[in-house]
Amino acid sequence: MAEAHGHDHAHPHQPDIEDAAPSHYQLMTEAVAGLLVEKGVFTADALRAMLEAIDAKSPADGARVVARAWADDAFRTRVLEDVNAAASELGIDAGSIPIRAVANAPGLHNLVVCTLCSCYPRLLIGLPPDWYKSRAYRSRAVREPRAVLREFGLELPTETVVRVHDSTADLRYLVLPERPAGSDSLDEDALAALVTRDCMIGTARPRAPA
Amino acid sequence: MTDRFRTGDRVRVRTAFPPGHVRTPFYVRGKTGDVVSVAGHYHDPEELAYGRRGAPALALYRVRFTQDELWGSGEAPGDDLVVDLYENWLEAGHG
Repeated sequence: MAEAHGHDHAHPHQPDIEDAAPSHYQLMTEAVAGLLVEKGVFTADALRAMLEAIDAKSPADGARVVARAWADDAFRTRVLEDVNAAASELGIDAGSIPIRAVANAPGLHNLVVCTLCSCYPRLLIGLPPDWYKSRAYRSRAVREPRAVLREFGLELPTETVVRVHDSTADLRYLVLPERPAGSDSLDEDALAALVTRDCMIGTARPRAPA
Repeated sequence: MTDRFRTGDRVRVRTAFPPGHVRTPFYVRGKTGDVVSVAGHYHDPEELAYGRRGAPALALYRVRFTQDELWGSGEAPGDDLVVDLYENWLEAGHG
């Protein structure tokens, strides 16, 4: 390879995911997965397909649920009772871990965090962003949520209550944002396009197109 | 099994520091809040984590704390935080 060009310079190194030594938990995960396949509990292909299915989930599914809730009050009521059941009405399989909606309202803004790990409604809105799993977000979101939101570009008046939800246990949380002003003429697909991942975590608010 | 607490009850989180897979964050221990709702009944994750059954299921409460209670002073007076806590971590709160 050195023949292609004279070598008096260093090439930038593209880091490999194996650069760091495998952690205890990586080794444990691989060992357990290997054993389960070896013992025939599931096949390697079934495991692969499961990972593929989880990775294929996207915020678009959650956005459809939010848009329908904006358009249909009865559906909104059902969303507030049980997100998984409401999602299944739209043909969305949000899994068996219970997801609860927390609704923004005039004077109330909700923000979701998992301080202990990275609990997130993955089966409805996909994998969490890296910052959601960071120690900085997890510790600061509970201690100074307004400062965190400001860094995300969201400045809230002091009259608005900021309510943080720390999902420490068996439930996952989805923020049901307020329908933005100026969106009256939009159909459900157009409404769904306004609902981004961050709107459902609470680090942003949907905006109607100008 | 009847739940020990109801919506609206004042509760205090136990000040305890057991080892293991504990799902009660440090920052709420010893703090007093209000039960917002009973979120269901679930097997104890501190037991499940070690391959035990975690039975009987524990009531899981959504408990609301003011930011002032948690940190001495919050960023704005009305701000609060809701966290899910299992019954074995709660005792009756006062005031």
